[in-house]
Amino acid sequence: MANKISILIVDDEESVRDSLYNWFIEDGYEVKCAADAKEALSLLEAKEYHIVLADIKMPGMDGLEMHRRIKALNKDTIVIVMTAFASVDTAVQALKDGAYDYVTKPFDPDDLSHLIRNATSHINLKEENENLKSKVEALENVEDLVGESEAMMQVLSEVQSVASSSSSVIITGESGTGKELIARAIHANSPRKYFPLVSVHCGALPESLLESELFGHEKGAFTGAMFNRKGRFEMSDGGTIFLDEIATISAKMQVELLRVLETGKFTRVGGNKEISSDFRVICATNKDLKMMVKEGTFREDLYYRLNVVNIHVPPLRERQEDIKLLAKYFMEKYAASMNRKKISIDDAALKRLEEYDFPGNVRELENMIERAIVIGNGKEIKLKDLPLEKNKKGTTIESLNDNEKKHIRQILEKYGWNISRAAKVLKVDRATLYNKIKKYDLKPSDG
Amino acid sequence: MKGEKQNTVTLASFGAFDRQTIELIAEAIREDLGMPVAIIERRVDLSIYFDIGRRQYDGNRLMKMIETQFPDTQGKIVGLFNVDLFIPILTFIYGQAYLGGKIAIASKFRLMNEHYGLPANEELLKDRFIKEVIHELGHAMGLVHCHTPTCVMRSSTYVEDVDQKERYFCQECRSQLENNGYITKRAL
Repeated sequence: MANKISILIVDDEESVRDSLYNWFIEDGYEVKCAADAKEALSLLEAKEYHIVLADIKMPGMDGLEMHRRIKALNKDTIVIVMTAFASVDTAVQALKDGAYDYVTKPFDPDDLSHLIRNATSHINLKEENENLKSKVEALENVEDLVGESEAMMQVLSEVQSVASSSSSVIITGESGTGKELIARAIHANSPRKYFPLVSVHCGALPESLLESELFGHEKGAFTGAMFNRKGRFEMSDGGTIFLDEIATISAKMQVELLRVLETGKFTRVGGNKEISSDFRVICATNKDLKMMVKEGTFREDLYYRLNVVNIHVPPLRERQEDIKLLAKYFMEKYAASMNRKKISIDDAALKRLEEYDFPGNVRELENMIERAIVIGNGKEIKLKDLPLEKNKKGTTIESLNDNEKKHIRQILEKYGWNISRAAKVLKVDRATLYNKIKKYDLKPSDG
Repeated sequence: MKGEKQNTVTLASFGAFDRQTIELIAEAIREDLGMPVAIIERRVDLSIYFDIGRRQYDGNRLMKMIETQFPDTQGKIVGLFNVDLFIPILTFIYGQAYLGGKIAIASKFRLMNEHYGLPANEELLKDRFIKEVIHELGHAMGLVHCHTPTCVMRSSTYVEDVDQKERYFCQECRSQLENNGYITKRAL
C-alpha cells in the first residue's frame, strides 16, 4: 500500500487515548486522537482517516450518532466501536449502521492487533480492487482509436450511443480499418466492461474446431478431447463476445449461432447439459452481408438478429485528414516501445503519406511507421524510409496482367527490343516472349 | 557516536530480582548495542499503583512514577517489574515505552510459564525477559514494530511469539539506531 494506515482514536478518557495512541504508534501507524465526537468530525472533515476507533459512550454526541455522520462524510472509513459495557443491542445497532466491528474494553492485546490487521487487509484489498479496476479501464482504454475527421467522429458517437445497451452490433469496414478496436471501445464503455471481452476469429478456424471453440466440449467428445473445456460463449458470460469475420462461418454454424442468440442457451460438443450464458455479441466483417443474404450464402434471420446496430468504419482514404494524427500517434507509440526519443516526420514524407490511398488502411499506416522507425535514423522519418514510391494516391490498383505488360515493355525498351536478351533477362523462352508481346499488343512505338 | 544523545541505559529494578538476572540483561544490551548500562535498585511501595477492580498494576502511572524518581538521569531508563501490568485499554501488557521517549517498563509476570499452567523454566524466563526489556528499549530509541520474524522488535502478544524471536535487532532496525545516533556501526 502506498500510504501509511491512519487511525483516529475517539475517546473521552485521556488514559485510553494515550494507551491506544502509544500502542498504534509502536505498530507504525499514523495516529491522531480526539476527545469527543465534535473534535473527531472536524478532524475527519480536514483529512481522511482509514480507521476510526470510537468509544460508544461519550458526553455530547454518542459513538453511534458520530458513526452515522462519519459514514455520511466518507462511506469508506472503517469505524470500529468500543465500549466498556457490553450490550448486544448497541453492538447490533452499530453493526446494522455499517460499523466494521465492535469491541469491548479492555481488549486482549492480541484481539486489538488482529482487529487492526483485519481492517488493514480490508483497506488494502479495497485499494487493490480499485487499482485493478482502473488498470482494467486503462487497458480497455482504446487509445488506438485516433481521428478527428467527421467520419471518425460519427463512428465514435455511434460507439457511445450503442455502448450502454446490450444490443447486437455488426461492424463493417475494409480490412485494417480497426473493426476490433471499435468492438473493444463498445465493450470498454459498456456496463459489461469488468467482464471479459472474448474474441473469436471465425475465419481462422475450420468448422469442427469453431464449434468446439464457441460451445466448448466434454471430455471424450472427439479424438483429442481429453478434458472438459469451456467454450467462448461460456467464457464471455457477463461480458461481450466478438465474432470477427462472421461472413466466413458455414451454413450449419449459422443455424447453431442463431439458436444461441435467440435462447442464450447451448450445449457443449458431446454434452447434453444445457448451459446459459449472458453475453453481448458484436460481429465484424469486411463483406457485404446484405448481398450475401440476397445470394443465399448468409441466413436472413441471422443477419437481422445480428444487425440490430450497424457501425461502418470508413477506410483511411475517406478520412485523409486523420493520416497526420495517426502517423503522429504511431510515431509516439513506437518511439516509446523502442525506447527512442521523440520522433518527427519531415514534410515531404508526410505529404507522401497524405497522398497515398492506403489499401491496407490504418494497419498499413501503422506498419509503415514502425518500419520507418526501425530502418530510419531514429530521429526523423524521411521520404526514403517510406515504401511508397510506386503507390501514390491517384494511381489505380493494377491487375497482374497490367503489371506484366508494363514490366515486359520496360525490359524490351531497355534492351532495344532485342528479343533474345529481353527473354533471357525475363527468364522465359523467346516463343513465350513473342506470345506475350502478341497478347499485350506491344510495339516499339508504345514506349 | 554522532549527535549529542546521552547513550546510556539505566536498568531500574522495582521488584525482588536476583542480581544475576539484571546483570544478564545489562550484558545483553552492552554486547549487542555497545551502550553503557547502569543498574539501580529501588524499593517503592507499588500498592498505590494497584487497581483493585482489575487486580493489576497500572503501567501508565508506573511510568510517570519512574519519571519523577529519576528527574536528572540522562539516557534511557527501563523500569523492571515482576507484577502484572495493565493499561486501561488492554487486558495486560508485557511492557511499554513512549516511542522515542525516556522511560520504558517491562515485567516478567506474564512471561512466566506458570502463568500458562506450564512448569517453571527459569532459563526460558530470563531469555524472555531480556528480549522484552530490549524490545521496550528499542521503542524508547524510536523503533516501531518490525516484521522480520527473528528481530527483537517484532510485536509479540503471546509468550510463544517472544520465544520465536531473538534478542537481537535485525539489520534494518540496527541501521535506524545507527542513523538516530544511538549506536555505532558494528565492525565487520
